[in-house]
Amino acid sequence: MNVVVTSLTPVLPEIVVLGGALVLVLLGAAKGDRIAGIMDAACIALLLIAAVLVMAVPDGRFEVFGGSFVFDGFARFMKVLTLIGAAAALFMSIDFWKKEKLHRYEFGLLVLTASAGMMVMVSANDLIMLYMGIELMSLSLYVIAAFDRDNVRSSEAGLKYFVLGALSSGMLLYGASLIYGFTGTVSFTGIAAAAKSPSTGLVFGLVFLFAGLAFKVSAVPFHMWTPDVYEGAPTPVTAFFSAAPKVAAIAIFVRVATGAFPGIVPQWQQIVIFISIASMVLGAFAAIGQTNIKRLMAYSSIGNIGFALVGLSAGTASGVAGVLIYMVIYMAMTLGTFACILAMRRNGKAVEEIDELAGLARTHPATAFMLGAMMFSLAGIPPLAGFFAKFYVFLAAIEARLFALAVIGVLASVVGAYYYLRIVKIMYMDEPKAPFEPMAVPLRVALGVSGLFVIFFFIYPAPIVAAAQAAAKSLF
Amino acid sequence: MSIVGLFFYLFAFVLLASAFMVIAARNPVHSVLFLILAFVNAAGLFLILGAEFLAMILVVVYVGAVAVLFLFVVMMLDVDFAELRQGFMQYLPVGAMVGLIFLVELLLVVGAWVTAPNINAAIKAPIPPLSQATNTEAIGLVLYTTYIHYFQLAGIVLLVAMIGAIVLTLRHKPNVKRQNIAAQIARTPADSVEVRKVKSGRGL
Amino acid sequence: MIDFFWTQIFPILIIVGQSLLLLSALLIFIAYILLADRKIWAAVQMRRGPNVVGPFGLFQSFADLLKFVLKEPIIPSGANKGVFLLAPLVSCILALAAWAVIPVHPGWSIADINVGVLYIFAISSLGVYGIIMGGWASNSKYPFLSALRSAAQMVSYEVSIGFVIITVLMCVGSLNLTKIVEAQDGPLGMFQWYWLPLFPMFVIFYISALAETNRPPFDLVEAESELVAGFMVEYSSTPYLLFMLGEYVAIVTMCAMATILFLGGWLPPFAVAPFTWVPGVVWFVLKVSFMFFLFAMAKAIVPRYRYDQLMRLGWKVFLPITLFMVVVVATVLQVTGWAPK
Repeated sequence: MNVVVTSLTPVLPEIVVLGGALVLVLLGAAKGDRIAGIMDAACIALLLIAAVLVMAVPDGRFEVFGGSFVFDGFARFMKVLTLIGAAAALFMSIDFWKKEKLHRYEFGLLVLTASAGMMVMVSANDLIMLYMGIELMSLSLYVIAAFDRDNVRSSEAGLKYFVLGALSSGMLLYGASLIYGFTGTVSFTGIAAAAKSPSTGLVFGLVFLFAGLAFKVSAVPFHMWTPDVYEGAPTPVTAFFSAAPKVAAIAIFVRVATGAFPGIVPQWQQIVIFISIASMVLGAFAAIGQTNIKRLMAYSSIGNIGFALVGLSAGTASGVAGVLIYMVIYMAMTLGTFACILAMRRNGKAVEEIDELAGLARTHPATAFMLGAMMFSLAGIPPLAGFFAKFYVFLAAIEARLFALAVIGVLASVVGAYYYLRIVKIMYMDEPKAPFEPMAVPLRVALGVSGLFVIFFFIYPAPIVAAAQAAAKSLF
Repeated sequence: MSIVGLFFYLFAFVLLASAFMVIAARNPVHSVLFLILAFVNAAGLFLILGAEFLAMILVVVYVGAVAVLFLFVVMMLDVDFAELRQGFMQYLPVGAMVGLIFLVELLLVVGAWVTAPNINAAIKAPIPPLSQATNTEAIGLVLYTTYIHYFQLAGIVLLVAMIGAIVLTLRHKPNVKRQNIAAQIARTPADSVEVRKVKSGRGL
Repeated sequence: MIDFFWTQIFPILIIVGQSLLLLSALLIFIAYILLADRKIWAAVQMRRGPNVVGPFGLFQSFADLLKFVLKEPIIPSGANKGVFLLAPLVSCILALAAWAVIPVHPGWSIADINVGVLYIFAISSLGVYGIIMGGWASNSKYPFLSALRSAAQMVSYEVSIGFVIITVLMCVGSLNLTKIVEAQDGPLGMFQWYWLPLFPMFVIFYISALAETNRPPFDLVEAESELVAGFMVEYSSTPYLLFMLGEYVAIVTMCAMATILFLGGWLPPFAVAPFTWVPGVVWFVLKVSFMFFLFAMAKAIVPRYRYDQLMRLGWKVFLPITLFMVVVVATVLQVTGWAPK
């Protein structure tokens, strides 16, 4: 009995989250939306408990379920990050749902199942597990995108996301089946052993698999769904989308590239370099004309994914460490920004236009200051955290002698700085509009924490950098 | 040439022909019926392979349940395919080009078909020969042991789909009369019948 | 060529011969089952029932057959002709196809396949297509409504039938129908058949079988008072006959299924002398007839369900109970060590 328990320890967080979700489904079905608040609290607690359990797993690499599920330093880092992101997004959502009279207990549940899917993805060590995790996550996300079902745009966002997501799953499966056909195994370790040299069929499969994954991280040219879904979905859902699922999707991208295809790095490297450049450039230029702040954040997330992929294209441990650091900082910045967006309410209604922020510095100086810090950080201006994020990935790219990529990245971030700084200009220079409603406490907490992290990261970056480097080493 | 071979060609031919008719039929209901025919023939092919369990499950799940719901929806929606096809010719060149590229790529892949040399060693759960276990047993032996995690996760995925459908569509309409069976059964004559004396020639 | 004939064609000819034999026996049985249905119904309502054609009306069904075959088939002008004519054929042929695997006596089945139960389950779940196709192709609103009703009804009750079958399978450890019957053989005779240990499942199977075959009290598909005759409104002559035939064959199939799963198939009630002299096929027919008697009595004495009550019963009562029973049976088998192998 003891042996069974210890061999299942690495899966314990998933079991806790899924088991908790099953219990909460019953509870919710019995009690209805009256206990939505308690359910949300329970979901947040479950996510945090899972995070603690993840951290409690001893060091080292564990393979469970015949090697299809792997727990290593990388998995630990990414799981903690996704769980914190999911918990924070859920925490920030409560106030919004209450004010919009949409407080239903299923939201927390779907966030839980989505998080379970993400954890499975992060730990996936074969193609079936990868697909299961992605489907579990995506299915939950499709539903919460359409959560405000009486709103046409929310329904449209859900439907669009679902149709395109199904298409991308199809591509991913097609690639997976080709890879299985040419290597005879679904396990990443087995694929790595079989794929020592590139063959047409294998590369063909790889392209399709990466196309599917690129859709999930919303990298160009598979980004088309992002702006519409981000804009249409209710704001807390958008906040969740841009935090946790992005992290998990990047994690599985890194794991597939380094775990299953270390033998054919040049083949996947050129794909990743291409989508990275395309994402950075499109994210920078397309965001300029946007007037809706959620749409702007969608393009910003596309661009940021491009920057994160710069680290992966290096294909080295330091590159992957750069990706990990980037994702930590990106998550802090995006959650902080969305805390501000969630606070944009006037006369009991949420407003989403960038112009509504005009003169925020005079009506809400503290919020304006924090949002300004986020924007400066997103633009990559030192000494804020966003600068270090970009610094580590570009450093890795230069170490890997990808100079052109690094140069294009820096240029794209200069262009991107324009629209981030435009928001700062609107907040500080323009004539003030009527003040927003006072900010809810959870949002203040989220904004405060992420703001402090972003501003003071440069003082003591060592713990996160060291953890990321250790996590990245576990992959190589 | 044996009878089994003949049956293979029969099933394969009908499968391909009905699959073609699924997209070629003018009437959507006919399309679904051809789809069902295709499923049944695929089940026949499974039987020839000796995968009797999969054949039956294919019929039970896809033909017996999924396709019924398809048919249900298609019959009720009254889709006008002629209208849907109006823009078809306009996009034909693009579609044909994409299809052509796919075909060429696939041919390239097939042309370069090299399976990994040690492929047999990599197989995790080899199928026991039919003489040792029927294939129902063979599936059962791995599905609930080696692959229990996939099985459970698939269950959760289905649960999420169910929750999703309920979240997005269930509405509690307030002014609908509902039958409460428990309340009906719990009724006694004492609280449902009232005896009153009525004078003749006058109502209540 | 001669060799090819003996190794390939001849076995198929044998199968064809066996099938014809079984079919003719089955159809004659159906003719009398039909008569029995009407007689029982009449007896409950204190009528005489059909008694004109032949002694006690014994040739009534054959007279009906001739009548239907000799009439002119009418096809409505707006009907979808191909599907309209295909529907009764589908419904009848599928119902007959299920009999390919049913063992009526030790070794007496045309195909003794490993997944016999699943095969019958699959075939009976296809029965709904005859009704949907007929309802849709008639191009008329009553048949269409009834087709929609039946699609939902049959799919719903299949779920609980599936779980009932699973509980039996867990006790047997095989999906082979012959093995299922053999597993019920034992010194206690009829008390060892599964109807006793799995009594709740037997009851649920019986009720679900009524719903699955659209028998009263679940005959909402043809509910005369609201839908005139349901999906069969536009049908006449031979197509109508085929529908009726398919329906009754499906009913007898369900009775045979209950006999095999719960009443010990061809086994005698007690494994002692006078009972063992009677051949197994007779016991099988007797048990099927008993099951049919229960079906006929339900038709005679129970009022028709309302549609929402039907759905409630299927999804909110039977589904949880059967699901729970699957868990209970599995636990009991595991804990007591009675599980096969």
